Formats: sequence, structure tokens, C-alpha cells
Amino acid sequence: MKWYVFLLHNRVEVFQRIVEHLGLVAASMAIALAIGLPVGIALVRRAKLQRWVIGVANVLQTIPSLALFGFLIPVPLIGGIGASTAIVALSLYAILPILRNTCIGIVEVDPTVVESARGMGMTPRQVLWQVQLPLAAPVLLAGIRVASAMCIGVATVAAAIGAGGLGVFIFRGLAMVNNQVILAGAIPVAGIAIAVDSGLGYFQKSVGKR
Amino acid sequence: MTSPTGSLQDGYALAFQNASYRLPSGGTLISNLNLRVARGETLILLGRSGSGKTTTLKLINRLLDASEGEILIAGKPIRSLDPIELRRGIGYVIQDAGLFPHWTVERNIGVVPRLNGWPEEKIKARVREMLTLVGLPPEEFAERRPSSLSGGQKQRVGVARALASDPPILLMDEPFGALDPMTRADLQKEFRTLAARLRKTIVFVTHDVREALYLGTRIAVLDQGRLVGVYTPSEFLKASELEIHAFVASLHSGAADEGAQ
Repeated sequence: MKWYVFLLHNRVEVFQRIVEHLGLVAASMAIALAIGLPVGIALVRRAKLQRWVIGVANVLQTIPSLALFGFLIPVPLIGGIGASTAIVALSLYAILPILRNTCIGIVEVDPTVVESARGMGMTPRQVLWQVQLPLAAPVLLAGIRVASAMCIGVATVAAAIGAGGLGVFIFRGLAMVNNQVILAGAIPVAGIAIAVDSGLGYFQKSVGKR
Repeated sequence: MTSPTGSLQDGYALAFQNASYRLPSGGTLISNLNLRVARGETLILLGRSGSGKTTTLKLINRLLDASEGEILIAGKPIRSLDPIELRRGIGYVIQDAGLFPHWTVERNIGVVPRLNGWPEEKIKARVREMLTLVGLPPEEFAERRPSSLSGGQKQRVGVARALASDPPILLMDEPFGALDPMTRADLQKEFRTLAARLRKTIVFVTHDVREALYLGTRIAVLDQGRLVGVYTPSEFLKASELEIHAFVASLHSGAADEGAQ
């Protein structure tokens, strides 16, 4: 059975897996944004701490995803089998590019523009929201793009710990030694990744033009 | 920052009293500065790079805080004022204009009135008035982005932005420094007319002697963070201090170069 025939025959389950997959990605990205953005902003003025935090995040990134899922299973509260463990692991991966690009994006805003904003009498909060963040937006969005593409890919591994998603087909195909079933998981994942990336890319361009 | 009142003992808009500025690392950028700026005059801060001109300027709007001494605006120590409020009452123009690249010209010019909570209608009208004042037709320029403006136009917008909330004091940090000579000459000429008309108290930083002589009511010469002296343009040309001689010499050599061309 070809992969597209498999998809057609199992369309109810395919739909369910796509929803699970998107759910995992959306939840992890939401958490990663909620942590990465404010921490990134807070680190802008603390160069030493910034190096340290980005260093730790870099190390986290090098842990193989399958291992990280495994490590998290015995951890109380966040661990165990299922989606919540997967979301924690995916968030950890997604935080780094978001945090790093938030820092870099803000630091690289033209200092004369920031100084003139201060000189005009903007409060630090106004400088951040009206000047630094809008001008850092393209870099920040690039980080979100990288994080989401990675999340969509790595979320396939979440099936290994019972979190569902399109990875289910990939693991099933591996078990059945059936490439067509593997493709039935991998191709929709690639499709989602391309769609999300080009959507965010379009958004990034339109923000950059302003 | 309040409007001039009769109750003030001195007629100075701005005064430095033994003001010093030291870096946290220990270097002294300004030492013991005593300087008074009269209401409505254009005081030039003249010096080489690193002489402390820009630092002096930033002490006035508290982008930097004096390590010692006092700076008074209309008789009040600025230390006692909220820096945010203080800055909203002082116009500030820098080299390369420092315009907000993500905003239209209109939004750029309206920034301080908006921070001060003016109603939108009033801001719009004021922006139009300011654009006309600096010689940019509003219908042509209001909606444009800074990236589509020439250097001279950006500087005009910078001046319009600084004047928008009608501050009594204007700080200008080499505003025409990055412009080509022709554009610079045009803007200097227009600015001189504008300054005479608006009667703002202006502190103007430059390293260009001719600009200083052309625009200044008085010229304060700084060298290595110290005030060498304050001169009217004619006193400046006659002054005997070595530092001034160097400046005047540079002026003559510059003039000779131009004559030769």
C-alpha cells in the first residue's frame, strides 16, 4: 500500500494525529515564548548572566531528543508517560532560539535610536515596547521560525513516550518494517513544517518592511 | 523647565555649577564646569573629539548624571526633577537625527506631544505646522519613512521633532555634522533664521569653528573636559589662549584650502 493510499484509508486517525501533533507544537511554543521572550528581554542588560543562560540552553539543545524524553519520564509532576512530558521537552528545545534571538535582536537595535528615544523622554518601558521590540521584531521572528520548525520535527519523537502525533505512524512503520507507513507520518510532518515556516517567513518579511 | 517668571533671581535658563562627570571606571570626562546659558541665546560647545562636548550636553537632559556639582534649569537643580519629565521638556537633536525607522515622519515628529498626552487632533495639527516650519511640505512628507529621506531631510525632521512640544531649551549634538557641505550650509542658514525667530535657549555642540562662529551667540571652548573660556564670536577671533589659536589656525587653513580650489 502506497503512503497516500494509507493516508486516505486511515484519514480519521490521520486527522487525529495531525491535531495531536499541532497541539504538542502549539503548547510547547506557547510555553517557550512565555519563558523565552521575558527572559531574553531581562538578559539584554546583563551580559554576564546572558552568556551563562545561553550556554546552559545550548547544552540543553545538544541532548538527543529521544534521551531527553527518556530522562523526563521519571521526573515527578512534569514527567510520566504522555503529552505533558513531551510538551516540557519540546519547550526546552524551543526556548533557546527564541531567547537568543530576543537578546540579539534587542542588543542590535541602533544605539543612537535608543538614545534618542530616551532623550525624548520615553520611560524604559516605552523604549522597550515602542522602539526596541518593534525594531527587533524581524530577528525575533527568525528565532520563532527556527524554534517552530524544530518543534514540529522533534514532536515526532514524542510518540515514543505515548504523546501521540504523527510520529505514531513513523514508529509503527519502523516496527512493521514498512517504509510507506513511515512516509505516511514523515510527509505530513514535512508539509506542516514547510507551511508554518513559509507562513512565518511571510510575516517576518512584512514586519521587516515597516 | 517652567516658563520664565519674575521671581527668578537670575535670568539664566541654564547653569552649571562646579559640575563634574566621572566614569564608574574612574576617568574624568568633565571637571569643575561652571557655565551659564542666557535665555534665548545659542551657546556653542566647541572642542575636539573627546573634549567632553557631548557629555556636557547629556548632563543637561540627564542621559548622564553629574558626579559632582549642580546643573540648574530656570534656577532649579535638575537633580530634583524627574528625568523623564525633564527630557520631555527639552528638545534633543543628534547627528544622523536618530529618527525611529519604523515610524512615519508624522509619528516621529509627534512623539513628544504624544508622550505628553496631547489629543490626536492637536498633535496632527502641530506636526503639520512643524513640517512647514522646517521647509518640508506636509502633504509630501508626513507619510514617508525616514529611510526614504535624504540626510538633510532627516535632519530637518529631527529639528521638527525636537521643536514639536515647544520646549524652552533645545540641545543639539552636531546636528549638521554628517551632511555634505552644500546641504550643511543651507541648513545652517535656515537654522540661524529659525533660532532668531523662535528665541529658544539652544546649546549646540560642534567641532566646526565656522559653524560655531556663524550660529553662536557665544562660544564655550572645551578641552579635555575643562572649560577654556566663553567668547562672543568676535572675542573668539581675537582671543589669545593657545587652544583658541589652534582653532583659529585650523579655520584659516580650512579657508585657504577652499580658496585654492
